[in-house]
Amino acid sequence: MAEALALELKGITKTFGGVVANKDVDLKVYKGEILSILGENGSGKTTLMNMVSGIYYPDSGEILVDGKSAVISSPKDAFAYKIGMIHQHFKLVDVFTATQNIVLGIKDGKFNIKAVEKKVQDITDKYGFNIDLNKKIYEMSVSEKQTVEIIKVLYRGADILILDEPTAVLTPQETRKLFDILRKMKKDGKSIIIITHKLHEVLEISDRVTILRKGEYVDTVDTKDATEQSLTEMMMGEKVDLNITREEPKNLVERLVVDNLTVIKHDGTVALDSIEFNAYGGEILGVAGISGCGQKELLESIAGLQTTTKKSSILYKPDDLGPQQLVGKTPKEIRKLGVALSFVPEDRLGMGLVGNMDIIDNMMLRSYKSGKGSFLNRKQPKSLANRIIKNLEVVTPSASTPVRQLSGGNVQKVLVGREISSEPKVLMVAYPVRGLDINSSYTIYNLLSEQKKKGTAIIFVGEDLDVLIELCDRIMVINSGKITGIVDGKTATKEEIGLLMTKSVERDDNNE
Amino acid sequence: MNKVKNHEPLVHISKRDSLPMYKSWAIRGMAIIAALIVAGIITMLLTGENPLSVYLTMIKGAFGTSRRIWSLLQGLAMLLCVSLAVTPAFKMRFWNIGAEGQVLIGGLATAACMITLGNKIPNALLIIIMIAASIVSAAIWALIPAFFKAKFNTNETLFTLMMNYVAIQLVSYFEILWENPKGSSNIGIINQATHAGWLPTIGNFEYLLNVLVVLALTVFMYIYLKYSKHGYELTVVGESENTARYIGINVKKVIMRTMILSGAICGIAGLLLVGGTNHTITTTTAGGRGFTAIMVSWLAKFNPIYMILTAFLISFMQAGAGEISTVFGLNESFSDIITGIILFFIIGCEFFINYKMHFRFSQKEVR
Repeated sequence: MAEALALELKGITKTFGGVVANKDVDLKVYKGEILSILGENGSGKTTLMNMVSGIYYPDSGEILVDGKSAVISSPKDAFAYKIGMIHQHFKLVDVFTATQNIVLGIKDGKFNIKAVEKKVQDITDKYGFNIDLNKKIYEMSVSEKQTVEIIKVLYRGADILILDEPTAVLTPQETRKLFDILRKMKKDGKSIIIITHKLHEVLEISDRVTILRKGEYVDTVDTKDATEQSLTEMMMGEKVDLNITREEPKNLVERLVVDNLTVIKHDGTVALDSIEFNAYGGEILGVAGISGCGQKELLESIAGLQTTTKKSSILYKPDDLGPQQLVGKTPKEIRKLGVALSFVPEDRLGMGLVGNMDIIDNMMLRSYKSGKGSFLNRKQPKSLANRIIKNLEVVTPSASTPVRQLSGGNVQKVLVGREISSEPKVLMVAYPVRGLDINSSYTIYNLLSEQKKKGTAIIFVGEDLDVLIELCDRIMVINSGKITGIVDGKTATKEEIGLLMTKSVERDDNNE
Repeated sequence: MNKVKNHEPLVHISKRDSLPMYKSWAIRGMAIIAALIVAGIITMLLTGENPLSVYLTMIKGAFGTSRRIWSLLQGLAMLLCVSLAVTPAFKMRFWNIGAEGQVLIGGLATAACMITLGNKIPNALLIIIMIAASIVSAAIWALIPAFFKAKFNTNETLFTLMMNYVAIQLVSYFEILWENPKGSSNIGIINQATHAGWLPTIGNFEYLLNVLVVLALTVFMYIYLKYSKHGYELTVVGESENTARYIGINVKKVIMRTMILSGAICGIAGLLLVGGTNHTITTTTAGGRGFTAIMVSWLAKFNPIYMILTAFLISFMQAGAGEISTVFGLNESFSDIITGIILFFIIGCEFFINYKMHFRFSQKEVR
């Protein structure tokens, strides 16, 4: 290639204790290109980029910026080299406005807010960001927060931008907007590095793609010569089947009848408005919607973690008993009836798992009360832990490793594995593959399909519409706490669902 | 680009994965030695004594006579007792800094029984009532902040701290009420003639009962935290309240139950101090153990068995430092300085256990 090198890594190695995160990795980034770094979970993508942005310092190897050897031992150094990273977890002050966050930490003599605002405005105009700079962070959507992070990096004059899983939290529309902006930056001569594991995005946006596997450099290819299949094989080191098998639902049994479910939040806003649907054993009911539209409240209501209004009704129909009203029952009582909630919030360890406990003790969360007496029985949890580690191929030194030390995909496997092991009649999962690589994702999808075959009623809250369409039998779309439609998974299209996802908002606007 | 560095940083720090047990204890051992060297040098500079004699004085102060050994053991036992008490609360991330007050209330209840019931009912019955009164009163004292935390989410740190002052004022009120002899503003030795309500001594060993009771408590607490359902629940609540709620743990109940236990053990400490050794009560009966205990508990990472070591370390340092000040004619603040230096090293060395330092020159050698 004729273009000039912006960044080059030579033989970068980084270990954490006994774990090798990166081993002898080489990387080249040219000016005015978009490079994807592709790899499985735990393949060292983020670690590698953290070394470029000054979070970590490599054990050995060399980093060259503009062809000259560079020492980057703090994010400040990185900015001096015009390198900026947008992390997966945003680092913003909630009570500050966008502008305040953008200039935070910059010391350049006089502080002139007018001049700052002008410079920020110039940046947003140049690349076409759509954002209210005086809005406070806590009032922003995830996509807006991400925009602030990007502007922050540009404001500091970054020529090399690193984005860690930027689309993980975005809707299809937001992703498209982001990609448009990235293309404009590329035209402007900036180098962009995207860490990702979404293959179609790699193919759509990047010029070249570098593949890492288990911390080691595999290859760099031009995107135009690559296909999803070829990339997957390089990433996994083996052939992988990328199809979800959706069997026709059989022996449908009505399990949940939700009627008039309304949830009003502390601040008086309506989180769920007269939700009404049925869920059947033997099918997967998908829930689609822009994040924060009541998905969390819906699942929490069913699990007994939400206060609902008095008129709300959630009837659960087990085989052996008459219909049971779940509204008003405690989480414990609901669990006893066989309704399992595997709720995975944005922070995987926030609910459902305890980071500092080992896998065995995390297995025990569900079952520790079952035995008689006041002492714990670790035998069964231990064998369950070992079974899950074996069956789901959890990568861990041992069953007594704290969950916190596992990578995201493995944490997820532990959580979902535990939920399924209790053989629930109703299984609810929210974003079970968020942040997971392909292989782990498909393991989870297959687990869900298997449960469906066993007659479990599955409620699946997802964000990837392609997957929802492929996996679910029916898809319920909610927006602003209301159901805007329930479509058939076999016939639905992305566009149709996308439209439903924004439908009720428009109607509300008209009413006002 | 004017700030660009062109050579490797001199030092960079990275987190260690985990260190084998023997290595981490070796680091701690080295820290203690370093602490002793620095403490020795400072003593030498201030007093002109040779450091070796300073250390000898320290050791003598702690182990010099069998009386001193027993007194060290007693100090160790009482400190450990309070440390055990605060541990379940801290493990639950309930910042109970009110152990001082809880111990005082337990002691006050003990003293109240001894004074009002002493010589009126059979001694055995009196002791049983004392045990019950001290445990129950201290448990209630601890339950109050826990209740408000559970119901109204009040800040337990401030609440428990304030309860200390209330307890101290209560004790000083009763000091006047029960003063003996009149006008002394002191309770004096209770039931000195009849020994009514004095906890029995085992053989000739004044402190042996306390040591044994605390030893039993240590084993109990170890098992409670590691193998009981209660211990498991409080750990989950401490680690993640959301998870606890999600799996159906009654968080409020666990908070209150754990604080009752925490208070109850403080009550036992008060009982042992007042009924077992001091036979009187003053506002300083708890003697700051409620605060030192927090350090003991943290240093041992909430493991009751390790707590024996950390409590021993701190008791030994205090006894030794106290001896230095008397022998070399320095005032009491000096022993605080020494203790401070030692604690600085002990707590500081945890950094080297958790993190690794890389130096520029050592890196070059590797390559």
